[in-house]
Amino acid sequence: MTQTRRTPLSDWHEAHGARMVDFAGYLMPLQYEGVMGEHRRVRRSVGLFDISHMAEFHLRGGQARAMLDRLVTNNVGRLAEGRVLYTAMCREDGGVLDDLLVYCLASDHFLVVANAANREKVFRWLDDHRDGDVELEDASDATALIAIQGPDSLKLLQQWPRARHLADELTALEYYHSLDIELGGVPCVLSRTGYTGEKGYELYLPADEAVAVWEELLEAGAVFDVAPVGLGARDTLRLEVCYSLYGHELDEEHTPWESNIGWVVRLKKPVDFIGKQALSQQKSEGVRSGIHGFQLEGKAIARAGATIHAGGREVGRVTSGTFSPTLERAIFLARVENSVLDEALEVEIRGKRIAVRQVEIPFVPVRVKD
Amino acid sequence: MRPTDVQYTREHEWIRMEGDEAVIGVTDYAAAELGDVVFVELPEPGTKISTGQSFGSIETVKAVEDLYAPVDGIVLEANPLLDGTPEKVNEDPFGDGWLIRIEVSGTADSELLSEQEYSAEVGEA
Repeated sequence: MTQTRRTPLSDWHEAHGARMVDFAGYLMPLQYEGVMGEHRRVRRSVGLFDISHMAEFHLRGGQARAMLDRLVTNNVGRLAEGRVLYTAMCREDGGVLDDLLVYCLASDHFLVVANAANREKVFRWLDDHRDGDVELEDASDATALIAIQGPDSLKLLQQWPRARHLADELTALEYYHSLDIELGGVPCVLSRTGYTGEKGYELYLPADEAVAVWEELLEAGAVFDVAPVGLGARDTLRLEVCYSLYGHELDEEHTPWESNIGWVVRLKKPVDFIGKQALSQQKSEGVRSGIHGFQLEGKAIARAGATIHAGGREVGRVTSGTFSPTLERAIFLARVENSVLDEALEVEIRGKRIAVRQVEIPFVPVRVKD
Repeated sequence: MRPTDVQYTREHEWIRMEGDEAVIGVTDYAAAELGDVVFVELPEPGTKISTGQSFGSIETVKAVEDLYAPVDGIVLEANPLLDGTPEKVNEDPFGDGWLIRIEVSGTADSELLSEQEYSAEVGEA
């Protein structure tokens, strides 16, 4: 086992009382004052997340766009400069290798953001399918990533002295758009993206600037009651709005359609991307299972791995489950056979079968565009 | 800070003996380690509990933890406050956040720890 990696902010988190955990090989803050409070802060005002564990790859060269377009399911061919795309990257059999953000920084320069747990796998996949003239760089260690999330996130950035000269660009920045900018002489990428379902931003910056910027953002946001938020609340926030998490809703054994991200598959794009044939076939034959949302009325919480039953038969498994701080009840996502959704379903928790109620997802409305 | 009129277990519970009866809860250490408590599942009055056996569970946002009986007994009452306000376990683990009141049957377990022993156990002595 390799040694646990640290982010440029791990020292800061430890010095400020965070409870630290090993997540995907990185020493990360799980929580500061508590998951519930941190979660509610992001829904109410604004929170800061250190997500520097995420992997960043730069692809440069005239063929970079075409190469990426063959490797992902969504349409990179039409991605304009300054735009961001959420996509899946699949194996030949349609199984999801990872879910990614792709930034078009210039017509010959793309930034690909992958999950920390998949860093080596994605790098290898990109390298193995590299077009001769495309230059591939793993910038993960040199890059810090700070997310600013919540209804007051824009106001926080407008208070930040380093970004003062960008007031108009910031105000105009739309969802899934990015700015390639200098902040106080430091090259950064700022995008209107996030993983909380709230209005928010993600800021990529050089690792050695991370602590200074983090502290400046806390100071700029003090009037909005900003505070750091750990991975615990990051998970409850994303689960309330049903954003898929690799290793839970997403894995190599299931296709995007079986994983709640079917909308990122563009079978009609004019490129034969890896996995297209298998995905076309699954679509024509019919998708048998999918991710569905459920609530529990009692005092139990269904956790990932719990089995779902219809009659006497196992028909699915919980992929993610928690207590929703917003709804104040237990919620979970499960991959369940689509054909049994009309039947009475039960989840088995610690040996007991409990009736579950299917509900519309997302559990909590997404407010990214407010 | 930790009360001295109760005894402790290595599973981070406390028990306050009151004649033939006893009150059981989790320690401040456990409450802090668990994080935000969202549900507490406790036995009905009349349920028999046995030393070392699970008598209920505590659900937090991230995990579920079993509760282990420090002594044999019969449940008289589960803390009614925890239904609506499970966070009492975090806020006041030795007071309003108590879990169950029992009638003790048999003698208390010799494995119970004093405040000093427990604090040493969790590395705070």
